[in-house]
Amino acid sequence: MPDLLVTTPSGLYCPSGDFHVDPWRAVPSAIITHAHSDHATAGSARYLTVDEGAKVLSTRLGPEALIQTVRYGEPIRIGDVTVSLHPAGHILGSSQVRIERGGEVWVVTGDYKTAHDATCRPFELVRCHTLITESTFGLPIYRWQHPSKTFAEINSWWETNKSAKIASVLFSYSLGKAQRLLSGIDASIGPIYCHGAIERLNQIYRDNGVLLPETIYVGDASRKTSFAGSIIVAPTSARGTPWLRRFGEFSSAYVSGWMQIRGARRRRAVDRGFTLSDHADWPALLDVIQTSGAERVLVTHGFVDPMVRWLNENGWQAAPLHTEFRGELDETSEPSTANPEGSDS
Amino acid sequence: MKQFAALYACLDETTKTGRKVECLREYLSHADSVDAAWAIYFLSGRKPKRLIRSTDLSQWGAEVAAVPMWLFEECHESVGDLAETIALLLPDPTIASHMPLHQWVTEKLLLLPKLDPTSQKELLIDSWRQMDRIERLVWNKLITGAFRVGISQALVIRAIAEMANLPPAVIAHRLMGTWEPSAEFFNGLITHEIEDADLTRPYPFCLAHPLQGSPEELGEIDDWLAEWKWDGIRAQMVRRKGVISIWSRGEELVTDRFPELAPAASELPDGVAIDGEIVAWKGDQVLPFSLLQQRIGRKTLGKKILESVPVRFIAFDLLEYEGVDIRERPLAERRLHLEKIVSESPDSITLSSVEQGGSWNELALRREESRQRNVEGMMLKSRQSTYGVGRVTGIWWKWKINPYTVDAVLIYAQLGHGRRASLYTDYTFGIWHEGKLVPFAKAYSGLTDEEIREVDRFVRQNTIERFGPVRHVRPELVFEIAFENIQLSKRHKSGIAVRFPRMQRWRKDKPIGEADSLESIRALLEREPADDSS
Ligand SMILES: [Zn+2]
Ligand SMILES: [Zn+2]
Repeated sequence: MPDLLVTTPSGLYCPSGDFHVDPWRAVPSAIITHAHSDHATAGSARYLTVDEGAKVLSTRLGPEALIQTVRYGEPIRIGDVTVSLHPAGHILGSSQVRIERGGEVWVVTGDYKTAHDATCRPFELVRCHTLITESTFGLPIYRWQHPSKTFAEINSWWETNKSAKIASVLFSYSLGKAQRLLSGIDASIGPIYCHGAIERLNQIYRDNGVLLPETIYVGDASRKTSFAGSIIVAPTSARGTPWLRRFGEFSSAYVSGWMQIRGARRRRAVDRGFTLSDHADWPALLDVIQTSGAERVLVTHGFVDPMVRWLNENGWQAAPLHTEFRGELDETSEPSTANPEGSDS
Repeated sequence: MKQFAALYACLDETTKTGRKVECLREYLSHADSVDAAWAIYFLSGRKPKRLIRSTDLSQWGAEVAAVPMWLFEECHESVGDLAETIALLLPDPTIASHMPLHQWVTEKLLLLPKLDPTSQKELLIDSWRQMDRIERLVWNKLITGAFRVGISQALVIRAIAEMANLPPAVIAHRLMGTWEPSAEFFNGLITHEIEDADLTRPYPFCLAHPLQGSPEELGEIDDWLAEWKWDGIRAQMVRRKGVISIWSRGEELVTDRFPELAPAASELPDGVAIDGEIVAWKGDQVLPFSLLQQRIGRKTLGKKILESVPVRFIAFDLLEYEGVDIRERPLAERRLHLEKIVSESPDSITLSSVEQGGSWNELALRREESRQRNVEGMMLKSRQSTYGVGRVTGIWWKWKINPYTVDAVLIYAQLGHGRRASLYTDYTFGIWHEGKLVPFAKAYSGLTDEEIREVDRFVRQNTIERFGPVRHVRPELVFEIAFENIQLSKRHKSGIAVRFPRMQRWRKDKPIGEADSLESIRALLEREPADDSS
């Protein structure tokens, strides 16, 4: 039987259903796992995504994009296959794609995490025969501490800055990570300001029923505002720009899974690096692969080769699934060198 | 260990120097004296001799972490630092330890080299079991000797000085030379009593900045003193109460390495410390640095090498005179005393001549003689300046001659260290020879962060082959490599060796076919003074 999914120059393609999953070129029909720029490319004729993610996706693709939606778990028939989307726990509206034909099941995880996140539905384990998994943090050096520990570190940094009468500027990805941070930090410490790119997304999150603390759009603050003691959440692209001048003296921090590594932390010209990722760490990746029941695992998006080798040495049938290099497309992608494949984190 | 690890985390996680000093000051005022002494020992870059084989450490780390060796290497390459890789991979600790730093060091760390591999392994596994991630990182770094954290010697001194309420110069002086980390040492370091116990102790060296612009910007030529920039080993000669000692800039006591200098030093008057440069000298001229280097490389100094590469101490500053620290006196005054002392000394102590010039232009012309004279250029020193500790701006300038440059092709890349551990920043460059690119120099400095990222990406996407940590890349990028000196060398594949190579510019405009050839570089060699060492 031919494979349910194959790679083409435009990306992952399902011949029996005649659609692509997260294609990197314009195609007639695309299923999108989530709105990060390395997964959602504009220009396709039709998009399918989960209802919770539609609004975010349309701000990313532009108002002219034709987006159809389904609910999580709702099976739909496309050509010869049945397709359903399942929570990936990565960001609001992120999905895994389940594809079935005659009892054979494939799952494309997209980006995912199994750790707690108050801003999106928890990861749902979907059993399958073939699993296409991401591997952004697919090395055993990546083991996340509990997110509550990271939030405690951020809160204590914020408190320290507050008592030193300076502002705290927190850099993070604007979609997903920023909202997760907002939901996790202790809003009683002081006022929370957001960069415009983040504030727009906050609104969409709130519209979807996600509880976020009160935030102020930096652009709405009067020229005389003192930012001492407050926290400002800004996209990574704002680092080193004149936009920061208005905050007076501040301490800066960067939040990302890459901050786990000291070298990556030190390269960022910020005062602090906090480890918090929206991707699965090594134990979580292995756990998902194990419990999915998949015999065959295709690895993409990250530390592909070591992950494939490890799986093959441990009883799986694994192979790499190479995607096109798409680093540094916009601020959601990590312009990092610690992350050669380039993606959000 | 917990407190020391917390100190490390604090120094590591902030980029603000004020905060670093505060952390260290806090640590020192709370730690007991032995711990404080060890902390200073490690923070000032001192380390015990090799404790353990790093291949053993890797193996045991991988074993405890239960990852296969190839995956361990993969992780190591990604992290760039062995100590950190192991700290990240080990399973969570089972117990906590409150043993103080000095006990970890003296009862465990220093024990390592005396143990057989099996016991070493046991000791390590047992210690890892009791430490959290940050403690393990620090511990592993002490073991690998790669204990570096972003705090300069100057900041360490500042923190101690603030804690002890003493001038930084006093602390800097007390930290010079060899000392054993102990409670006595630390108490002596912060005492307000003046001790004269250590007769051999040198002063911290004053360092120069490279002159970027033109010398006219320094003002009147008469306010400046110009000397040749000697190409040798920076050193201090000290004589107090009949005890002589010669120190290198690396704070190493090198008295025994230069048997021809020691007798001359003992003829110096008592209570002096002279700053100068040890150079290889024959007849009336300085020999190339490479010859001096050969002599330094020898374990034992035979008669032959002493005859073929004799040395001299070229004196250029006086820091102590008649037992008194005169570093706060103006250079012009220190120099007068120095001239008197040297004029009464044997020949192997020579005065660094002052080069006169009626104008900056005239001086610039003299500087052109640098290569012929085997010197690196000129030094410009403010006549009114005091003798600074470390790299003080505006008083000493190195006015070097322009470097040689060559266009070469990037052929190998390797991950950097420290801050650059996750980036390909160490490069090998090739030049053409008989239709092939032969490796000719390694360089890892000179690019902007932006350019480094760009090259790093290129390396990752254009790797032809991997040899362990080294990647062989598609020859495509051309760089202008600057270097100071060029010599024949049998050890190098290209047959030549260059000194201080660095990337001057990324020649994006140049195709690799236009890079230089071995032949064109050999032509540069013809212009160099003969090197009769080979
Ligand atoms: Zn993503
Ligand atoms: Zn992604």
